[in-house]
Amino acid sequence: MIKFTDIHKSFGKLQVLKGVSFDIQKGQCMAILGPNGSGKSTLIKSILGLVIPDKGEIFIDENNIIGQSDYRNEIGYLPQITKLPENISVIELLKMIQDIRKTTGNIDELVTYFGIANYLNKTLKTLSGGTRQKVNVILSLMFNASLYIFDEPTVGLDPISCVKFKQRVLQEKQNGKTVILTTHILSEVEELADQIVFIMDGQIYYHGSPDQLKNNYQENTLEKAIAKMLETYK
Amino acid sequence: MSLFVRGIKGEEINKTILNYSFNIKCMLKIFKYSFYDLLRSRWLLMYFLFFLATTFALLYLSSDISKGIVSLMNIIIAIIPVISIIFGVMYYYNSREFIDLLLSQPIKRKSVFLGQFLGLSLSLALSFVLGMIIPFAVYGIFTSSEIWNFSSLLFIGVILTLIFVSLAYLISILNDDKIKGFGIAILVWILFSVIYDGALLLFFVSFSDYPLQKFAIVLTVLNPVDLARVMVLLKLDVSALMGYTGAVFNQFFGTTWGMFISSFSLLLWIFIPLFSFLRIIKKKDF
Repeated sequence: MIKFTDIHKSFGKLQVLKGVSFDIQKGQCMAILGPNGSGKSTLIKSILGLVIPDKGEIFIDENNIIGQSDYRNEIGYLPQITKLPENISVIELLKMIQDIRKTTGNIDELVTYFGIANYLNKTLKTLSGGTRQKVNVILSLMFNASLYIFDEPTVGLDPISCVKFKQRVLQEKQNGKTVILTTHILSEVEELADQIVFIMDGQIYYHGSPDQLKNNYQENTLEKAIAKMLETYK
Repeated sequence: MSLFVRGIKGEEINKTILNYSFNIKCMLKIFKYSFYDLLRSRWLLMYFLFFLATTFALLYLSSDISKGIVSLMNIIIAIIPVISIIFGVMYYYNSREFIDLLLSQPIKRKSVFLGQFLGLSLSLALSFVLGMIIPFAVYGIFTSSEIWNFSSLLFIGVILTLIFVSLAYLISILNDDKIKGFGIAILVWILFSVIYDGALLLFFVSFSDYPLQKFAIVLTVLNPVDLARVMVLLKLDVSALMGYTGAVFNQFFGTTWGMFISSFSLLLWIFIPLFSFLRIIKKKDF
């Protein structure tokens, strides 16, 4: 279980998170939603230790992770569009991360699954944006981690790879993995997420299941329900 | 009871040692990969070819190794700082997103950054050293009496590389804005290589009635480029080329102490920016 308690974070004068608390149950997929600049990425980065909260604690299975690094063995992270080192090949990059984590990942299986076997020996600067994103996806999935964090995962992926990615995520969830996801594509949320947290101006506006949200506002799509929610808060 | 306490302490110490060696291992892994990545970069190849061509040309033209060394010193002092600082800043900003990915792996921040710092500085230093050694070897440096002077030239070049890469890292971590970072890097280089000497000269001329020796030494220590120049000149013992600060240095400390003080100050110039950098990354948000 992952537990956020009263997370505060400001960058200079800008208060990005103003006391965010919620739990994510094991084996669930949590979608973190909110407009641009609402603090989604900051929240995700604070689980990873990339951002250090000013106040508050984050627990993964009872362990306070702030200032630690070993817990990241259990995390597979897919950042928003990443620029990778230019002059090393795909297979070298995958092996490098494997070497750093000191675990053997299921590279072969994922490479076949996403169909990039032909690119393995190409250097990263010669790859197209979509192929690079597939490499990133593989990097996040290859270690059989117990927590996956996807920051806008399908940006740049072609429709077929998108479908494959989502199938894979559902499969991982069935295997008891916890998933945290941010996205602007609401159909993705409906397909994957069990719970959503809607953040705006650094505070939680809604925490619950997507169906619950739709029921609350008596709408049949998540999009309309969110729009209605925002209107009532204005 | 006391035995028990000692047992725990021993265990703790073992644990810290284990932790420490693990960090170094991780750092070396990051170092290895950034080094591989950089060695294949076109920029580094050009840097190597530049030194190769310049050194060959100078040795061919002067056909005297000791004169070649003096001319090369001027080139090294002009080129290495600017390339190291610009390339350092460029490399940091380019690998910014990849650093995020590395930081999200189960390793300490320090290992990631020190590994990259070493990868970058050592690959730059290697290009420089190879670009110099090959031509000098062809011209028979290894059997010449100039070998020590040549080694000190290489040493200075490597030290300058380390200094300016660590300055580049410090500048880039303090500025998330790329353009600002580049601007400051160029300013720092201009300050040390051009403005500083001019200002120094102006200052000495306007206050020439006062005893300025000690002050001149302090001012030299505050500029790594000047320090490097003084050090090479002390080693080569070409007092005609020393200029005011070099002459004061020589007179004040004598050659041995002068060498010692200047090397020590140069090492400080690597470690102060580097340690400030490492302090900043502890608390930095990425």
